Amino acid sequence: MAVRLQIDPIACDAFGYCAELAPELITLDEWGYPLVEGHLVPIELAQDARAAVQSCPRKAIRFVHVEPSSRGRVAISGSKRRPTRSPR
Amino acid sequence: MSVVEASPAQRRLFYGLSEANTRSNLSEHHRRFGESPMPPIHHRHRWRERFQGELEASGLTGRGGAEFPVATKLAAVRSHRRHGVVVVNSMEGEPASQKDATLARYAPHLVLDGAELMAAALGASRVHVCVARDRERAARAYEVAAKERIHAGSVTEFTIGTPPAHYVAGEESSLSRWIDGGSAIPTFRPNRPSIPVIGGRAALVDNAETLAHVALIARYGSEWFRSVGTPDSPGTTLLTISGAVTRPGVYETAFGQTVEALVGYAGAESGGVSAVLLGGYGGTWLPGHEIVTPLASEELKKVGCRIGPGVMVALGSGHCGLAETARIVEWMATQSAGQCGPCVFGLPALAEDLKAIATTNVSPSVVERVWSRLLAVEGRGACRHPDGVVRLVRSAFRAFSDDVDYHLANGPCLGARLRTCMAGVSERRIVQWR
Repeated sequence: MAVRLQIDPIACDAFGYCAELAPELITLDEWGYPLVEGHLVPIELAQDARAAVQSCPRKAIRFVHVEPSSRGRVAISGSKRRPTRSPR
Repeated sequence: MSVVEASPAQRRLFYGLSEANTRSNLSEHHRRFGESPMPPIHHRHRWRERFQGELEASGLTGRGGAEFPVATKLAAVRSHRRHGVVVVNSMEGEPASQKDATLARYAPHLVLDGAELMAAALGASRVHVCVARDRERAARAYEVAAKERIHAGSVTEFTIGTPPAHYVAGEESSLSRWIDGGSAIPTFRPNRPSIPVIGGRAALVDNAETLAHVALIARYGSEWFRSVGTPDSPGTTLLTISGAVTRPGVYETAFGQTVEALVGYAGAESGGVSAVLLGGYGGTWLPGHEIVTPLASEELKKVGCRIGPGVMVALGSGHCGLAETARIVEWMATQSAGQCGPCVFGLPALAEDLKAIATTNVSPSVVERVWSRLLAVEGRGACRHPDGVVRLVRSAFRAFSDDVDYHLANGPCLGARLRTCMAGVSERRIVQWR
């Protein structure tokens, strides 16, 4: 299943842990708020992405599953979890 | 502001309204438009399908700014398992807009007819009318109108609510949260477009003017509705025209007239308008050489503009578009709900940069910084408030590119020192959220 990262902008309080843990996927803007590009999470960065999701003190970042039709790149596979949880 | 008609043949919502006759009671309303075609007791299902089909054929789009097809929205709410609330959105957070308040004063029953029809289409019995707290006259007009209808035997339950007057309080999710007893601030909806939920039921939130059009389409049919306007923008629309015009007011016009002609009706001198702000404070600037563009969404799209909630502000030829934009962005920054970082920090930063460009000598790097900050703000709020600002600033840089060059080379122009020609920029500050 292809996944990407999504930020809840209301919950996010710019702790910045996510960008620290997954710098290839998340950058911070000039005010310290995370920017996630809409790209799919590649399999080699799945560990980092999971760490970013799990470490957020505000639970403001999560995985969302992408519809198979819009799948472009290799991504984490084998998730049976609900979309809001981190895939195992 | 006065109510003026563009030409009698194009008066629909304002039909029968004149200086001498501004009555808006139920009998006058019936005299003008006839009784509302409420569904029969039997064959309701068939009536609903026909009503849905008629709305679809009319091509009516939402007049709150998003221009979303009304029939599609109704179908989406109907397809929900639990549905049953209709919300009349008469919040009109746009300071330059007066159309919904005008409708409330002069044709409240048209709006309530539309809401009642939508409720019937959903099988709902409850209609919430939301009017911003500072528009007391509009709220009173609806209260009087709702009472009249109850006396006349209406079975629909009308509730007139006055959420706090605030730019983002008129957002669908803000309204549904407020009606549910929360604050009137937007919520995060990851999957848009999403249907707002009130009390566990899917709600249909429609702009007041949209519902007034629905009332007329139900009476006279979609063909009648489409008989004026353009194929892609059928029917008429209400416009609030202000700025460098001698007769500011709310006008009803068919789509397809040029923007130049419309500001002309409102008393703009030919050659006296250097640009027109379309769609309000989250809208777009139409530069002077493009004001011959017809008012129709497909034509305006070609020049990167949108009609939005029917607002036109004419910029006088001596005025500085950059200074006006800076003032608007500064005001918009105060209207953030304060929830999302990119909006909370990004909008004031943009406002400061624009103010610097408009009123001081700055280096080209500031303009560069604005461009990069626009990217940092766009699409990163829970609601579309920051996106409106981004749209406005981008269009200002496009429409006033010569002015940007002038300001960078010579410092502020003479027009930047003039008083604003916008209405309400300094008014309507945040007071409360609940």
